[in-house]
Amino acid sequence: MTERLRARIFFVAGFIFLALYFCAALNLPPWGDYRGPYGDFISRMVVYQRHATDAVNAINYDYRGFDTLGEEFILFTAVLGVMMLLRRRADTATREANKIKETRKLSISVQVVNFPVFFVTVVFGFYIGLHGQLTPGGGFQAGVILASALLLVYICENTEAFQRITSHRAVEVSEALGAASYALIGLAALCLGVPFLTNILPLGTTGDVFSGGNIALISACVGVEVTAAFLLVIYSYLEEIVTGEVPEE
Amino acid sequence: MPHVLASLPYFVAGWLFFCGLYGLTTSRHLVHAVISLAVLQSSTYMLLLGIGYRTGGTAPVFVDISPGRLTVDPVVQALMLTDIVVEAVVVALLLAMVVKAYEKSGSVSPSDLRTLRG
Repeated sequence: MTERLRARIFFVAGFIFLALYFCAALNLPPWGDYRGPYGDFISRMVVYQRHATDAVNAINYDYRGFDTLGEEFILFTAVLGVMMLLRRRADTATREANKIKETRKLSISVQVVNFPVFFVTVVFGFYIGLHGQLTPGGGFQAGVILASALLLVYICENTEAFQRITSHRAVEVSEALGAASYALIGLAALCLGVPFLTNILPLGTTGDVFSGGNIALISACVGVEVTAAFLLVIYSYLEEIVTGEVPEE
Repeated sequence: MPHVLASLPYFVAGWLFFCGLYGLTTSRHLVHAVISLAVLQSSTYMLLLGIGYRTGGTAPVFVDISPGRLTVDPVVQALMLTDIVVEAVVVALLLAMVVKAYEKSGSVSPSDLRTLRG
């Protein structure tokens, strides 16, 4: 099939789809007129039932906790896939010409600015991660922030320094532990004779950091896993850039 | 026509879906195809957040508002969080596949990926 023919077929089918979709959308309830009962129910009950003030995280790590467990394992397997695809075989000799020569260090001013920014980012990441049950935030966001804090090391130092940190076995181990401990928290509820992932910890005072029971704990596990996962992805790509081969033309 | 404007977020979602699909079908570069898929997926953000929005509703965070206040739907917002994380890692996985495809075949055009070789 030529490209032109493919584009033509697409446009015919695409515009028919778009026309039908627009007709259907016109008959939806108008924007701003939300009628679903579940969101309202959770909004009213979340503070009483879970002592958590952020409804979104209460849904993610408690009401819909089982779904998030599945999502966590999507993340886990996708990162596993990236690492598997980009791993270097021991027998492929990398051509020296393609290797990136170690660049000299950046100016001292970049390093001086980076140093406080690194600590601020780490503190901000922990703040976001540990207050997920109170204000918007939680494990996923904290993981991305903490991973980007370590990227600052790459910016102000060099590739080697970043590789030394991320190639450490602890990163891989903490990724696996983060994913496993989520499942284990769920299993702990089973051991107590209640359904999987039931909120079994004491709920605490509303508005306190230690409130919401399981939500904070699961959020922390997710945070560890996401940090490690993103570091492993970045490491794999960096390794690909540094030692990757370009096929013969 | 006020009724058309009342469905505007749904139209934008449909348009984004169409644009992503157009990019995918006419793509000549694998990285372009991956980014088109990301555009296509972003239509789901628009659709779900559009469904959950409510006129006069506030964010579902009850730190300084009473639990009885009218809020937007927290359920679709939680779904969004899931969606965004999955999109990020799926794009990472697909880009890794692009790197491997380039290494194997020396080409980044989707039309050159006809045959599978072991």
